[in-house]
Amino acid sequence: MPVIVAENISKKYIIDHQRKSGSSGLRDVVSETVDKIFKKKAKDDFSEKEEFWALKDINFSIDQGDRIGIVGHNGAGKSTLLKILSRITEPSTGQIKIEGRIASLLEVGTGFHPELTGRENIFLNGAILGMAKSEIRESFDAIVDFAGVEKFLDTPVKRYSSGMYVRLGFAIAAHLNPEILIVDEVLAVGDTEFQKKCLGKMRDVSESGRTLIFVSHNLTAIQALCNKSFYFEKGRMIDQGETSHIITNYLSKVSHKSLDKHWDNIESAPGNDQVRVKRFKLFPEYQDDLNHIDVRTPINFQFEFWNLVEGANLNLSMHLYTFTGECIFNVGTQSESFPKGLVTGTCELPGNFLNDGSYVVSMMIVKDTSTVLYNMEEALVFDIEDYRENVTWYGKWPGYIRPQLNFSIRQTEHVVND
Amino acid sequence: MAAQHTTTIKAGGSEKDYWKDLWLHRQLLWILSKRDISVRYKQTLLGVAWSVLRPFMTMTVMVFVFRYVAKIDSDPGVPYPLMVLSGLTIWSFFSNTFQQISNSILLNSNLVSKVYFPRLLMPLSSIAVGFVDFLIALGIFIVLTPFFDYTISWQIIYVPFFVLLTFITSMGFGLFFAVLNVRFRDIGQLIPFLIQVGMYILPVAYPSSLVKDTWFEKYYNLNPLVGIIGGFRWCLLGEKSYFNPQSLYSTVIISFSILILSLIYFRRKENTFVDHI
Repeated sequence: MPVIVAENISKKYIIDHQRKSGSSGLRDVVSETVDKIFKKKAKDDFSEKEEFWALKDINFSIDQGDRIGIVGHNGAGKSTLLKILSRITEPSTGQIKIEGRIASLLEVGTGFHPELTGRENIFLNGAILGMAKSEIRESFDAIVDFAGVEKFLDTPVKRYSSGMYVRLGFAIAAHLNPEILIVDEVLAVGDTEFQKKCLGKMRDVSESGRTLIFVSHNLTAIQALCNKSFYFEKGRMIDQGETSHIITNYLSKVSHKSLDKHWDNIESAPGNDQVRVKRFKLFPEYQDDLNHIDVRTPINFQFEFWNLVEGANLNLSMHLYTFTGECIFNVGTQSESFPKGLVTGTCELPGNFLNDGSYVVSMMIVKDTSTVLYNMEEALVFDIEDYRENVTWYGKWPGYIRPQLNFSIRQTEHVVND
Repeated sequence: MAAQHTTTIKAGGSEKDYWKDLWLHRQLLWILSKRDISVRYKQTLLGVAWSVLRPFMTMTVMVFVFRYVAKIDSDPGVPYPLMVLSGLTIWSFFSNTFQQISNSILLNSNLVSKVYFPRLLMPLSSIAVGFVDFLIALGIFIVLTPFFDYTISWQIIYVPFFVLLTFITSMGFGLFFAVLNVRFRDIGQLIPFLIQVGMYILPVAYPSSLVKDTWFEKYYNLNPLVGIIGGFRWCLLGEKSYFNPQSLYSTVIISFSILILSLIYFRRKENTFVDHI
């Protein structure tokens, strides 16, 4: 049974290019009006105002118990949709019918007042989120316990550490009991411990048969929590369906990957009169049928070039950089003497080695182990997606590499009770 | 299945359940009011003392300026300080609540952009602080009366009626400015000026009998606050204080009309406040 039905939802904003900020002064409006009356030219000013459709013709239906993930770039309209669903702003056209009590968590600790104590803020924030006083009183102890702020209940929250502040805010939200819960990127704040609690609580919500709408940039979390997903781009919903399908689709469009570069014509190929590049390609050994590179995926690089000088003594040197430009490693081949013709170099990058992220590869052709004949900078770009098994933690895994080492624990001594 | 709760969201969404929704959120109204009051008294060093000192000091200055410098006299038999204090009490209630209501949406912009509730709760809850100050000022008046060999009139029982009228008037003007304030930020600077002017053109520090039988009396009485101040004074000081009941007609008609128009305006704009914040 659908609990949310949205028909033709659009949201229009007027962007005024004459103004710097969103809010305008009365002075501006008065002077513009005066201009309009006295100057015929002023009509041209209308062109300065531009319509911007943050959402355009959105239709969807969400069934009871669905856990919907919403993916898309910044500015795709995700937040606008959440704002409309939470009734913070209204759509310019269309209508949405919602069956059931709806609560939205767009921010942790909305309306907290720094001067008020933790206790006062629990009641304030709870009421703002739509809880009845009796409900707050019932879950008061649980909230305090969850947040771990017993000692500071009567301290103004302005003296709280940011961690405590966020924990208290989330603890209150976690005890909401709506039929439909809307959650924005709240995972972006807080420490990993908090994120874990946060996701655990959301899993509880989804498992209890309630409806969840979740926006996040963390695709792993969406994959773990949501059964269906919407994909937004430039204010339109371009795809909806099974989460795994949507995420594959999203990933294929999102990255500026270049996994294969090749030139068939030796004249136009990059290089010089000594070497020219024919092809640089990477072959991932996909570990599942989603066909995307994740941290488990071994990757083979293949580099082909034409050697134009008889008997040249050549070797290859490959650099791997993070997307932000830090070099992670540099590997080189043995130097060998080659006759004229095609030379192929291969490099195997094992799975379970690099961390998730975007990577850039450069390849150098070196002569006599000292002279760089040709350096193909930023030749390939690829993304490694996160993948985790048997974990309940979805925070960003730290580090550039994520090797699987022989790391184990075992009991080495028994406590003797006497 | 639990009791169905259906919400329809659409453009220009004047849901028919708006007033029911407002009623359902009454606890939030109470909590927001309590927040404003407790924050007000936590932040100031003098706390409650400030609410006592302010009307008292203003009264002293006004008595000096109007009674001794300008040499204006009060109605026969009415002590000048009491006349000023009664006028100040109701005028401060109006001006404080008017100012609070006008700024209520902007001051709560963090809520407006993150969570839904009927936006009318913000102006409504912002009245609380002004009302507490009003009660304190009224208390000061009652305490001071015997020092001027005066007894409070039995008509004090009509005070709630005038408080209600003041509330309606400040809500009417305040809601209008609250909406404008979101759209045009410089309106905020206009409000203190309006209040300052109001203090002088209204019979706050002088008796309204001074205006009696002048050519501008009928225009003067069009101001809804003239009837409120005159009437409130009459409640506390009795028949000796001049009050033209006719000024009350315009008060009631104008205040109610403005309130209704402002409410319509507010309701039409409230769902898009966030787009301008």
